[in-house]
Order: sequence, then structure tokens, then C-alpha cells
Amino acid sequence: MTDKVLLSVEDVQVDLPTPRGNLRAVDRVNLTVGAGQTLGVVGESGCGKTMLSRAILQLLPKKAKLSGRVMFDGQDLLALSPEKLRKLRGRSLAIVFQDPMTSLNPVLTIGTQLIETLQEHLELDDAAATRRSVELLAAVGIPAPEQRLAQYPHQLSGGMRQRVAIAIALSCEPKLLIADEPTTALDVTIQAQILDLLAREQRRRHMAMIIITHDLGVVAGRTDEVAVMYAGRVVERAPTPALFKKMRMPYTEALLAALPRLDAAPHTPLPAISGRPPDPTRPLPGCSFSPRCRYAVARCQTEKPALTEAESREHLYACFHPIEVHAGASA
Amino acid sequence: MAFFVARRLLYLLPVLIAVSLLTFSIASLLPGDLAYTILGDQATPENVAALRADMGLDQPIWWRYLSWLGHVLQGDFGRSFRTGQTVLQAVAERLPVSIELMLLAQIGALAIGVPLAIICASRSGGPFDRFMTGTAFGMLSVPTFLSAILLIYLFAVELRWLPATGYVPFTEDPAANLRFMVLPALTLALAEWPGIMRVLRSDMIATLQEDYIALAKAKGLKASRILFVHALKPSSLTLVTITGINIGRLIGGAVIVETIFALPGIGRLLIGAILTRDLIILQGVVLLVGAGFVIMNFIVDLLYAVLDPRIRHGHA
Amino acid sequence: MATLELDVAEEAITQPARKGRKLGVLFWAAIGWLVFVFAVAIFANILPLSSPTDMDMLERRAPFSTEHWLGTDGLGRDELSRLIHGARISLVVGLCAPVIGLVFGGALGMLAGYFRGRFESLVVGSMDVLLAFPPLILALAVTAYLGQSIFNLTLILGLLSVPAFMRVARASTLTLARREFVIAAQALGATHARILLRELLPNVMLPLLAFFLLGVAVIIVVEGSLSFLGLGVPPPISSWGSMIGEGRESLEVAPRLAFLPAAAMFLTVLAFNLVGDTLRALTDPRQGAL
Repeated sequence: MTDKVLLSVEDVQVDLPTPRGNLRAVDRVNLTVGAGQTLGVVGESGCGKTMLSRAILQLLPKKAKLSGRVMFDGQDLLALSPEKLRKLRGRSLAIVFQDPMTSLNPVLTIGTQLIETLQEHLELDDAAATRRSVELLAAVGIPAPEQRLAQYPHQLSGGMRQRVAIAIALSCEPKLLIADEPTTALDVTIQAQILDLLAREQRRRHMAMIIITHDLGVVAGRTDEVAVMYAGRVVERAPTPALFKKMRMPYTEALLAALPRLDAAPHTPLPAISGRPPDPTRPLPGCSFSPRCRYAVARCQTEKPALTEAESREHLYACFHPIEVHAGASA
Repeated sequence: MAFFVARRLLYLLPVLIAVSLLTFSIASLLPGDLAYTILGDQATPENVAALRADMGLDQPIWWRYLSWLGHVLQGDFGRSFRTGQTVLQAVAERLPVSIELMLLAQIGALAIGVPLAIICASRSGGPFDRFMTGTAFGMLSVPTFLSAILLIYLFAVELRWLPATGYVPFTEDPAANLRFMVLPALTLALAEWPGIMRVLRSDMIATLQEDYIALAKAKGLKASRILFVHALKPSSLTLVTITGINIGRLIGGAVIVETIFALPGIGRLLIGAILTRDLIILQGVVLLVGAGFVIMNFIVDLLYAVLDPRIRHGHA
Repeated sequence: MATLELDVAEEAITQPARKGRKLGVLFWAAIGWLVFVFAVAIFANILPLSSPTDMDMLERRAPFSTEHWLGTDGLGRDELSRLIHGARISLVVGLCAPVIGLVFGGALGMLAGYFRGRFESLVVGSMDVLLAFPPLILALAVTAYLGQSIFNLTLILGLLSVPAFMRVARASTLTLARREFVIAAQALGATHARILLRELLPNVMLPLLAFFLLGVAVIIVVEGSLSFLGLGVPPPISSWGSMIGEGRESLEVAPRLAFLPAAAMFLTVLAFNLVGDTLRALTDPRQGAL
């Protein structure tokens, strides 16, 4: 990858004080995204992927403690003043949330929510902002865009609402778009459409994108690189084809195995991963996945594996007993 | 939208009828002979009987109710036997005073309560918030008449800045009118603002937790815009409710305030009617106040629909 | 607008449950004051006080002295003694009226919430009509016609508090009636009466009691307002409200005559509000914030 690095997350850690003790939501995560590239962040609920996205945007809850560096476009976001940060958000850095029913304001029209972003960052006047909003709605595939401007979110279907959310995110031509579980709240039939839309817009605008999801199937074929997170840490990171063909982490293997496959016989049981993610307020001394890992040995429970390189510098994993798997068909 | 209004109107009617029934029953079923009271020292058995027949007081109660209601619907609320004024005349004279008082009081309460609620919500948990919440709680324990006395003592007796009693109509002398209205309106506003502030504050705190506020922040909007447009609008529904609910308390409070500050409003008219046993005025005023209250609630319901489009479209 | 911050502390969300602990000192101070007032009111007759009705025209509006700790009022009566006897009146009305509301409103609310259907609509509808009137006006009208007496006053104020108690009881019953222990009792063949009395009542009682304390605060204020205007307790009986009303005439000369009973009333109302609010936050945390 010879593109310049747009976003560099360096040793980022997010701690949340809770009544039951300190909760380390994100544990020394390192990631990079190049301009125009797509990074997929995959993990179960509670693995810290949403906290990570909030950390990048500097929108953590007040009590959270953030350390590390987040370099975006040459600037350290943690060192910026709130005003400068505010100008970056929505303009160069945009986000699409999971559930468009709750992320769009129910008492404001679609038009208002689009236009206000344009007017805030691009200082367009009303007429120009309205025109641009119509263009944006058309670009994301919403029919009759002029009428939509006066409508309210509850008057649209779930898929349409998410398109609106995407339109809002794209409105100021961001350099990086974070899509936090963009399709989880939608019907299966709509999911592919939304993902295709995101991919298409990304190519057109040469935008960098981070797709956060719990579904490995979503990132296959749509991302350049994948990072697998578990219990707040990145446990495997590789260019997408390499991850699927030569995964090392047993967790990644288990995730892949849990995906339904087209070529499997009907009624084949899905091998779910037994057990549950660890309690984040009581971190294990060893590998966080060891209680559920079928390859675990004593060492896994006492020592935390560090990220080491596989055959190439771009493929990292954190495991004492990596597997040599050559997955045949793509998910 | 028209559908919505029509449905609401249909519900209004039976409530108004019930209000009229209640008003009439209170006045009529209570002990005390009206004819006797009216005649005073001229009450001889013959005069009393004659007056009763004349006023229809010897008729059965349902006849009297319907007769009264019939008159009312034609605009004839009756005539005070003390002053000779019709009820409508008396009310029309006093209504502007009471309305001005309640309007000023409500504006004052909102002017104090809303900004404080917004500031407290945006800095919730902080020292200012805790102080303000405690103060609001304390204020709720101060009865209206107590605030009135305190304000009178402070501004009229000690500082001598403002008059304690008196009234001049607005049309005659706006400046003097406002001078007389400041203390009464302030008294009522002090009684109302804590309720407004507490409710709006807790509603806004809840609203500020919502996802769409997080997205608004992620869009890089100014904090003022997020507070006043994204957060205040969804919370304004509760504001309308609490203002609507307060109207009942406001009317009651206005009675006390009008009496203390000697304002010639509906409250004083009512108290006067009660003290002189002027049944006609009492009935008429209570009916008008009750009906007015019901209609105010109806308007509040309509405002709901305006503010929350989900209700308009039957979604929420 | 750099000064407007939007960070909502997570404490704000958990405030209702923590409010009880945060009001620790204030809560106990409130309880202490209430105990003091009650004790003094109950034992008024055995305390070494001058009579509240003994007038001494030579010692009118006298300042604090060893003979009259809090001075005398406009007719030379001992202020301290009057305050204590006034407390009795205010407390009697303040406590008895909400009891009426609690018993009748609570019963109606529970029955309405349990049986639902047309009975419920009837109850709620009639309460709505009652609430269609500004309560003070209704109270004024009725006491004026029935005559002023403590009994009538207590009765009408109690009646006016019925809708509020009905609402609280009904809301509680509606949530509770759907819970498993009620369905279990029904499955075991328990009669309605048994379910209402043994299962629902103990649980509905808690929020009702919290509301009761708040109701006492409100009634003391309403009675005070009416007495202040001379339309509450009949003279020569004096509650705190009447004392404040009388004290109003002496504002220029002896403001303490109005402010002493005012302070007593304020502290008592505040204490009831504090205790009631804390109890409500503890027994029904969903509504704690209000």
C-alpha cells in the first residue's frame, strides 16, 4: 500500500471508571488507514470496536480516560482544541451510526438535518444548501428527493433512513468515513444495497473508510485490510485476502466457521463459539480468548501474547498457537 | 390533522357538560336558602315564598339545571343581585386584569426557568446544577402568599421601590400599570419557575443521552445549535405539558395574589361573591373558569401535535 | 459559544437512586425537625407555656423577653405559645386531609387499575372532571357555603386530594398487576379480594406513602393560604396561616409577627417535601428525577 497514511491510531487506550472497577474498553490498539483505503474492524458485541470509533472522533463519555495518539491527516486529534476538533467533525471525519431510527432527530425534517451540516462547514446559503441536499439524496439512491426534504425520519423505511444518514455523512466530502455497524439494524435484503452504496461512494470520492461490524461476511471482498478485535485488543490484523486464506488466530477461525455457507448442506448446524466474552472489569492475566479456545494450553492462561508478525509485515496476530489454515471458498 | 382536531373536540363536549353539572350541583345542593339571603332583613315568609316562586327555586332540580343551562347557552349567565351587573359584564371587566397577571407571571416563570434548565442540563452534575436544583426544591416549599409577603416587605416596606397594592388599567397608563403588576406577577413567577425548571431539566438530560445528539456532535455542529435546536425541541413537549398543567395552579395562585395585592381581577370577584353569598355570580364565574380551563387543556393538546410530528401522523 | 458544554455526566442518569444518599444530612435534619414539631404540638398542653389566648393590652407587639420568649402579637398574646398551638391546627388539617385522599383515592386507584374496563374509565373520567376545576376555587366555594370549620376544611381538602392519590395508586397497580406474582396468585385460585389485599396492597402502599408525605406538604400550604385570607380555619382558632395573615398588618412595625410563623411553616413544608421526595426516589426510582 503506497497511499499515504490518513489515520494512525497509536497505542490508544480507553479506560472507563465504573462502580465495579476500571473498565478497559480499548487496550493499546494500533491501526492505520491509508487514504482511499477501507479497513474492516470485526468483533463481537462488547469487544470495544464502538468505543474505538468514539475515541477516534473524540466523543467519549466524560468519565472516560483516553491515552495514546490519534494522528489524522498529520494532526494529533488528542492535542487539538475543542473548537478545531468540532470543525473537523462532519467535515473531514464523518460517521454513520448503527440504528438510523435513533441517530436521526425525530422532530427535525430530513432537510434540516442535511442542510445544517452543509451550512455549518461549507457556509452555503439556503438555496445552495437545498440544491446540494437534493443532489446528495439522489446520489444515495432515494427517489423523489425534493419531497423528502420536508419529511420526517419516521416517514421513511429503515433502509431509506440509513441512506439519509449516509448522505449526511458524505455531505461535506469527508476524507474518512466511519461506518459503525451500518447494516445491523436493517433487513438482510437491504444490507447488500447499503454496503454497495458505501463502496461505490467511497471509490467515487477516493475516501478512506472504516467498516465496523460483528459479521466477517460484511468485510470479505469489501475491505483492503481487516482488524479482528477481542476484549479490547486487536488480536489479528491482515490484508483481507491474507486473513481469509491464512488466518492465524483461533478466534478468527471460529468467527469464520460461524458464518453460514452457501455450499453447506441444508440444516447444517452453525458452530457457534461457546462461552462468553470476559468481564471487562476483571481482565484475565493471560490471553482473553483462552477460556473459549480449543487450542488453549497452560501458557495461554498465564501470559498475554503480543502481536507478532506472520510471514509478511502486514499480517500480525497475537497467539501462542496460531493455526495454519487455508480457507477455501470466500465467505 | 383535521381529523385529530375533530376527535379532540368530540371529547371536549362531554367534559364541558360535566363541568356545568358539577358547578350547578355545588351551588344548588348546598344548604342555605338563596331567597332568604337575597331578601336579608326583608325576609318575611311571604316574601321568601314569593321570591322563590319568582326565581323558580321551588321547581325540581333538573328543571332548574336545564333552565339555567338554556340561559347560559344563550349568553345569559344571570345577574348579580348585589350589584345588578350581569355575570358577563362583571367578568368582562375583570378578565383583562387576571389575564394580564397570569400572562406576565407565566412569561416570568418561563424566562427564569427555561434558561436555568438548559444551563443545568448541559452541565448536569456540576456545582451550578446541584445548587440550582436545591434552590428549586426549596422554592417549591415556599407558599405563594409567603413569597408575596416577603416581596412586599422587601420592596414596598423596606426599600419602598414598588407599591404594595393598587391597580391602573394598561390602557390608561402603561407605565403605572406595570409598576403595580411587577410584585404580583413576580410572586406568581417565583411559585411557578421551579416546576418548569425541574421538569425541563430532567427531560433535557434524558434527551441529551439520545443517539441523535451524539450524531449531531459527530457532525461538528455548534454546541448552541445542538442545545437549542436538537435538544430543546424534543423536550419542549414536556414544557408545554407542564405549562398546561400549571394553568390550574396559576388560576388558584392568581386568586391569592389578587386578594393580597388588591387587583380587581376574576379572583377577587370570586372571593367577593363567596363572601356575600352571591350565588349567581359564583355559579357563572366558576362555570366560566372551569370551561376556560378545559379549553386551555384542549389547546395544549393541539400544541402537542404541532410540536411532535409523530403525534400528528399517529405514530408516537 | 465556547462556554456551553454538552458533556452529560453519567451521574446525572443515576441521580435518582443516589439522591437519597446525597441528602443524608438534610434528610435526617428534616426528620429531626418534624419529630420536634410533632412532639411540641402533641405535648403543648403540658409544656410550661402561657395560654395562647391570654391578651395583655399593655404588652402588645412586645419584643423578645424572658417572660415572652418570642414576644407578643398585636393583642398581647404570647407568640411562642401561639406558634405551638398554631402548629397543632396546621398539622391536624395537614395530616387528616391527605389520609382521606389516601384511603379513598388509593382504594379507587387500585380497583380501577386492577379491574380495568368501564369501571376504570368511569373513575378516571370523574377524576378528570374534578380536576377540571382549579382546586383552590372549589375549596373556597365549598367552605364558604358549608361554613368555616376545621372539619369542613379537612373534608374538602381531603376530597380534592383524592384524584392525585387515585392516579398514583392506579399507576402502581397497572405495573404490578402484570407481574408474575399476581398471575401466580390468580392461577392458584385466589379471590380478587385476596390478591388486592395480600399481594397488591403492600406493594402499592410504598409509593402511596411517599406521595402521602408530599400531600401533607401541599395541604399545609393550601390550608395556610386559605387561613391567610381568613377563609380557612374559623377565627378565633389560629393556624400558622392565620397568624401570617394577622402579622401582615404589622409588617412595618413588627415584621417578626409574620415571619416567625412563616419560617415555621416553610421549614415544616420543606421537611415533609424532603422526606417524601427521598422516599419516592427510593420506592419508585423511575420517577425519581421529578
